[in-house]
Amino acid sequence: MSDTIIEVHDLYYTYMRGTPLARQALTNVNVSIERGELVAIIGRTGSGKSTLIQHFNGLLKPDSGSVVVGGRDIWRKGVALRDIRRKVGLVFQYPEHQLFEETVAADIAFAPRNLGMSEADVDEAVREAMRVVDLDYDALRGRSPFELSGGQKRRVAIAGVLAMRPEVLVLDEPTAGMDPRGREEVLAEIRQLHEAHGYTIVLVSHSMEDVARFAERLIVMDGGTVVMEGSPREVFRNREDLVRMGLGVPQVTGLMAELAARGLPYAENVITVEEALHTLLPALLGASGAGGDAGAGGDAGAGGGEVGE
Amino acid sequence: MKPVIRVENVSYTYDGGGPGEVEALLDVSLEVAGGEFVAVIGHNGSGKSTLAKHMNAIFVPTRGDVYVLGMNTRDESRLWDIRQTVGMVFQNPDNQIVATTVEEDVAFGPENLGVPPAQIRRRVDEALAIVDMTGHEKSAPHMLSGGQKQRVAIAGVIAMRPKCIVLDEPTAMLDPVGRSEVLATVRRLASEEGMAVVHITHFMNEAVLADRVVVMEGGRIALAGTPREVFSQPATLRRLDLDVPQVTELAYELRAAGAPLPRCPLTVAELVDDIAELVGKGAGQS
Repeated sequence: MSDTIIEVHDLYYTYMRGTPLARQALTNVNVSIERGELVAIIGRTGSGKSTLIQHFNGLLKPDSGSVVVGGRDIWRKGVALRDIRRKVGLVFQYPEHQLFEETVAADIAFAPRNLGMSEADVDEAVREAMRVVDLDYDALRGRSPFELSGGQKRRVAIAGVLAMRPEVLVLDEPTAGMDPRGREEVLAEIRQLHEAHGYTIVLVSHSMEDVARFAERLIVMDGGTVVMEGSPREVFRNREDLVRMGLGVPQVTGLMAELAARGLPYAENVITVEEALHTLLPALLGASGAGGDAGAGGDAGAGGGEVGE
Repeated sequence: MKPVIRVENVSYTYDGGGPGEVEALLDVSLEVAGGEFVAVIGHNGSGKSTLAKHMNAIFVPTRGDVYVLGMNTRDESRLWDIRQTVGMVFQNPDNQIVATTVEEDVAFGPENLGVPPAQIRRRVDEALAIVDMTGHEKSAPHMLSGGQKQRVAIAGVIAMRPKCIVLDEPTAMLDPVGRSEVLATVRRLASEEGMAVVHITHFMNEAVLADRVVVMEGGRIALAGTPREVFSQPATLRRLDLDVPQVTELAYELRAAGAPLPRCPLTVAELVDDIAELVGKGAGQS
């Protein structure tokens, strides 16, 4: 058995099918998510990212094609979508807008209670979920979720999905609209869910800088279909294609490409600030070491080739 | 040039005397002139939005005064004029769109102002042209992309012909293309339409394009100046946990490690120039 947890085959989906406003959103999409992966889906708005992830747990039903979760075709007769939705936890954009209970604990408990867990199990699930997202159970369980900071609210919302104990956590732009501090907080949380708790994570992101640092694999969508897949380093080699799709590359990747265009090809596969620093520093220190050798230093740097890992 | 907005020693306390009392602004002063593009950055809770809401009298100061074209926002008899002078655009375009077609949505503001129908048509067409949405007049707003929706929301404000537009994180919910579309529009409002533009954002790559950057922290202005003045103070920005553009961060690290780069670059092009110059591949030598 392969360790694929979600497989999407030949998926087609049309919004408002059969009406004059019908719009084809997904065309022949094939994607698989392996257990334990941290995958980012990138693509501009309207490229089909959110539509695709809503197929992962059966919120949308494909026109044709199949969605297989844990080896079962979720639209086959006899498959309970409730089980699928529990297995694949979906955190929507701005999930904190969906907080509604009077206390943090009650909000997180909502889904597990709905799934018919016993009160003891619900309480355990709430404690566990809060622990996982670093929210202090004793200090916060009785607080109103609306009094919390933006980053905390969003973590409450994520905890509400984690309390169902899903196998896969799918997050639609988890840092959208947050300030830099909140973004770092939520990203660190996601990384921890993945690394320390072994969650399979699929996240939709608009930040090339963030996915370069976090994701193990990127799925690039454009015009309702998957157009590229691979590690961030592989994907970000295709700068021109990505720019044409309205995506671009991390700023430092662009910097290295611009330097190469000026005859300074230090490295072509730099995707983070740290890598850029290690690549450029020797050349620049060389350039300054002795005034007369500036040109030579530059040439040595220019021949430096790719970044070793 | 006479400022459109003048904020003078403004303090603002939420729930003054109550259990939830919070001093959201402390002695803030700021002027914004026509044609000027000012970016306001800072964390949630730093007072950015509270400041923005003072600019068209949604809030009036607890202490100090705000003047809009000389009108004090405390003067309730001028409220109508103040709101017509300063338009606001918010983060979520979906909350700002009221009609079922783009043109009806943009017409909503001027209709409410009692503008005659023939003029409304012209204003709608002009506003859509400015935000680069001509051709979408009959589209249903909910079928548009986020960037398009936000530009429709901006058009709805422009159609009321304000002198100043205050945008509270208008790009927060958008993808990179949507962000650059909206940002291009916002810049044009200042440079071509001569409006005073106040742009609140969490994206430092947007702030570097402003004429002036104001950094808020704890209800005060922590730092203000041209983008280069502000972003060449990485220590302060780090203390405030604010992002800087990757190239700015990279140059800072390079300089800290001894690389003799001449300045704090704000864009890729600037750092490319500086590095090329340093290693002898400057424009004249390659």
